[in-house]
Amino acid sequence: MHVVIPYVVAALLFGLGVYGVLRRRNAILVLMAVELMLNAVNLILVAADVSLRSALTGVAVESWARPGAAMPGTGGVLALFVIVLAAAEVGVGLAIVLQYYRMRKAVVVDDVRLDGDEERVAR
Amino acid sequence: MTVADVLLLALGTVAVGSGALVVTSDHLVRSGLYLVVSLGAIAGLYLVLGAELVAWVQILVYVGAVVVLLLFAVMLTRAPIGPSPDLDRPALPAVLIGGGLGAGLAVLFADAFRWAEYPQPQPGTAERVGEQIFGAWVLPFEVISILLLSALVGAIILSRPDVGARSTPEA
Repeated sequence: MHVVIPYVVAALLFGLGVYGVLRRRNAILVLMAVELMLNAVNLILVAADVSLRSALTGVAVESWARPGAAMPGTGGVLALFVIVLAAAEVGVGLAIVLQYYRMRKAVVVDDVRLDGDEERVAR
Repeated sequence: MTVADVLLLALGTVAVGSGALVVTSDHLVRSGLYLVVSLGAIAGLYLVLGAELVAWVQILVYVGAVVVLLLFAVMLTRAPIGPSPDLDRPALPAVLIGGGLGAGLAVLFADAFRWAEYPQPQPGTAERVGEQIFGAWVLPFEVISILLLSALVGAIILSRPDVGARSTPEA
């Protein structure tokens, strides 16, 4: 298989995710774009598992590497870890968005004040 | 061009196309549903690339949980059903940075891997992934479980109704 195809797909997805984060004003849509970026990284990990596995056959494990870590499937394990991180991220992120919506009745990230002037903004 | 290449091309086209619709659609709910299509196509790419367990976990966690959570948030923030005109900022900086980054990375990867042929990997079984996780990667696994627990507790504390109620007494 030509492994360049998933790599290029992942690069384009990452670009789309960056575009979405910069373009969207709604906080939930920003989180969706972040999910696209995380998926692009996962795709690169899994594709690297294929390409590096076949490139490393017959190569002795380096002394700094953990003995089991050079086995095939490492990219998949890292992708699983990233999926778990993404689930945690979206849980906390949506909790923050919902709490902000309850306080201000808005989910527009442009209007979020960062200087901590709570009382004046609330009224 | 083998069967795997054709599958990779088709699924990649679906993933990128619906990903583009996610970041350009005017409807909030449609964005979430296009995200389902994109993540499902990426799960198909994982299957072709031989990472079977990752593909099913992607379906379970992403399509089954994360997107549902996002759609719940869309509903809880009283998003309008029709198109929302005020979703976007001016396009030029986002197009410059996002398009430049995507095209640059794509050119970099295309130059690095050319059109080189790699052998089709054996489909990985859950048994081998389990050996990996509980052998070489057991410490990151435990750390990530603690992180997941703390994220859970943090989300619960964040969504308690009495947090932040002091600053808006009239609401």
